[in-house]
Amino acid sequence: MDDLLLNINGAALHTRTSGNETLLSVLRNQFHLTGTKYGCGEGQCGACTVLIDGVARRSCLTRVSSAAGARITTIEGLESNGVLSPVQQAFLDEEAFQCGYCTAGMILSVTALLREHPHPTDQQIIEYMDGNICRCGTYPRIVRAIKRASQGREKEGTDHANR
Amino acid sequence: MPTDELSLELAQDEIRDRLHWFRLDRRDFLRLCAGGLLVVLEGASATAQEAGRGFREQELPKEVSAWVHIDEDGKVTIFTGKVEVGQNIRTSLAQLVAEELRVPFHAITMVMGDTDLTPWDMGTFGSRSTPTMGPQLRMMASTARQMLVEAAAQRWKTDSSKLLAADGRVINPKSRQSLTYGEITRGEKLTQTVSGDPPLTPTSDWKVAGTALGKVDGSDFVTGKHQYPSDITRPGMMFGKVLRPAGFNAKLISLDISAAEKMPAAQVVRDGDFVGVIAADAWTAEQALSSIQAKWNVPAQISNQELFDHIRNNPDSEGEGPQHTSGSVAHAMAGADVKLEQHYTVQYIAHAPLEPRAAVAEWNGDKLTVWTGTQRPFGVRDELAETFRIPARRVRVIMPDMGSGYGGKHTGECAIQAARLAKAADKPVKVVWTREEEFTWAYFRPAGWIEIHSGAQRDGTLVAWEHHNYNSGPSGIETPYNVANQVIQFHPTKSPLRQGSYRGLAATANHFARESHMDELAHALGVDPLEFRLKNLTDPRLRAVLQAAAERFGWGRAKSAPGLGFGIAGGVEKGGYVATCVEVEVNAARKKVRLSRVVEAWESGAIVNPDGLRNQIMGAVVQAIGGALFEAIQFKNGRILNPHFAQYRLPRFSDVPEIDIVLIDRKDLPSAGAGETGIVGLAPAVSNAIFAATGTRLRNMPMAVSGELTS
Repeated sequence: MDDLLLNINGAALHTRTSGNETLLSVLRNQFHLTGTKYGCGEGQCGACTVLIDGVARRSCLTRVSSAAGARITTIEGLESNGVLSPVQQAFLDEEAFQCGYCTAGMILSVTALLREHPHPTDQQIIEYMDGNICRCGTYPRIVRAIKRASQGREKEGTDHANR
Repeated sequence: MPTDELSLELAQDEIRDRLHWFRLDRRDFLRLCAGGLLVVLEGASATAQEAGRGFREQELPKEVSAWVHIDEDGKVTIFTGKVEVGQNIRTSLAQLVAEELRVPFHAITMVMGDTDLTPWDMGTFGSRSTPTMGPQLRMMASTARQMLVEAAAQRWKTDSSKLLAADGRVINPKSRQSLTYGEITRGEKLTQTVSGDPPLTPTSDWKVAGTALGKVDGSDFVTGKHQYPSDITRPGMMFGKVLRPAGFNAKLISLDISAAEKMPAAQVVRDGDFVGVIAADAWTAEQALSSIQAKWNVPAQISNQELFDHIRNNPDSEGEGPQHTSGSVAHAMAGADVKLEQHYTVQYIAHAPLEPRAAVAEWNGDKLTVWTGTQRPFGVRDELAETFRIPARRVRVIMPDMGSGYGGKHTGECAIQAARLAKAADKPVKVVWTREEEFTWAYFRPAGWIEIHSGAQRDGTLVAWEHHNYNSGPSGIETPYNVANQVIQFHPTKSPLRQGSYRGLAATANHFARESHMDELAHALGVDPLEFRLKNLTDPRLRAVLQAAAERFGWGRAKSAPGLGFGIAGGVEKGGYVATCVEVEVNAARKKVRLSRVVEAWESGAIVNPDGLRNQIMGAVVQAIGGALFEAIQFKNGRILNPHFAQYRLPRFSDVPEIDIVLIDRKDLPSAGAGETGIVGLAPAVSNAIFAATGTRLRNMPMAVSGELTS
């Protein structure tokens, strides 16, 4: 068993566990940060995506020991002072989800994407996001949300009719 | 949904013989809703749901199907056994209630899928929530509104016809008096059963219903706050894992649990061939499970290679569907100018909901509570009651809005496992299936073999149609085209894999076969495929979607050419009318296909929420891409060979074409469900477009398993 100090969403959290346990398991089962989801356990679906030092990582493939000392950001850490991040707001404005189970992983991947490419091309979006699965098939709306967030657009009224 | 189709849907459920019905105790909910105003609907009413009908010769109890409660603060709560799985029914049903009750949308709370709190419901499948629960809730809300107006009229000693209800208040426009609903219900105990046909607000007057409201509690889904079944935590909760056999129909030969038993933090539970482990943390539970050494004897079983021979040669006469016949196919074929005979196949595919099955079970004395993801909370309750031999009233199943199902979460295996382990642990236990378990131990969309034999006159008139579906199912099997001579039949077979419900059921397979075959006939006749369909079609609603899709797509404006093909298909099922046009690009040398553009036109009566509907139809199109092009379960000797996302490819960002959805809002028609039928048009349209681009006809789904066109 290892004693580890983790920096999660700006808080220093202590855990005593096998360093081989996945970060996903520690986040969900020890710290009850259940916004990060299990989808496949093999880095194929992106539902477990978190930011480690600002980079999108699959927490299901990340040993918790390797994340010690790094800045870990989960979906619970994106709001600031109760205000949604621009990416969260864009997903909400575009209603870019159905069941919402993939949404946290999508939002964290998009957050990292926009950090790397503030105004991504369609091709950059596809290449960056192709590891995130939305089984409900809301991809076109997610692309719209990415563009909305990248353009910093405000909500354009409530007419969703021409989506 | 006709009762026969409902029973067929349930027949695909594998647990039909274990369905039991329990009468809800009326006193329970009257106690629950102690004060305020309560309106209930009896199942025997004209628009009642299936609960009130006979089913498999059983007369089901007359049931209360849902109720509306307004508390003494004016808070409106709707209780329904339907569940939210991403189809947005929580939002759209609340819109219908807000409309009839004249309250702000946000004043409504929906309590759904909790077997202790909501009335019995068969389940959320078959696109029935909108057409059955919708009108029921509207009737209850309308009745409640009338009661509120009457109560205010009595208080003001005036005629109720002079009063209005708006924005959660009853208003007397003349005297300018006004009472909130809470002020009217406070200190009262008003209950009423809906009788007759209360007046419903005409859809043309809708102000809340029919609009593009966002998902209820949408912000909880972008902040991670929403608690899915797999997120539920209980005080003192343990984590459980279950030992899986090495294949289907395997027998346990030897078991060594010594290593797991030496782990101080883990407990092994053995009950016959059921072996599970429990630990205080998830990681230890996983380690304990992987330390168990088990040997299994797995019998030789068939693989994909023998699948279709097996399906054709293993009839299950017990469930043989009715044969639909008219005229004489043989006679008409003898006189037909053009005759075609083809067969089509579909492989087993997986639902692959992103949230695998999950359950948290907790025993309090002899009462069992289970939080689990299911489309049939009452069905799972009954499975649990039967498994643990306790009365259903001592089992409570709670269904938090889940990470979807697509027809794949009807059964209660995970709930049973969690409950069994919780019984042994004497503590709450959570079980979450791995992706591999979800791929292996759930059930699949049925594979199918479909034969079509047809004949047409030189002028394009369809004269004979014979359609046989082996195994995949009867949904959408009947042709919407005018054919005087028909034989149409579903032939159930002994499926080698466990199979069950799926979004659209067999309608996808039957539409793939029929709409591909129609295209083949059109080409054999040298007629444009759209023109050929319209020539043999009178149903105005199907004609309208075909024409709408064709118009938006620009059908006929450009001709297909080598490497670039256009395809069209249409159909109707479960009250939803769909037409799909696609454009594909085929690299003939590399046999690569790319879907570049889709237009889908949709009509399902009056639209309750255009944004939610658009989302559903778009999602159905995207999901359809997988089954059309690359999804297939590979299996051999009782094992699934591709139980991971790395091997079982799902549609991803890079697979998504430009998608244009055309919605037709028929305010003059009742609203039908829209979660399923949007999936049926894509595969045949793609097949037809590939033929237009290459001259090669693909009759087997999926059509490009490893990214390359198959044959």
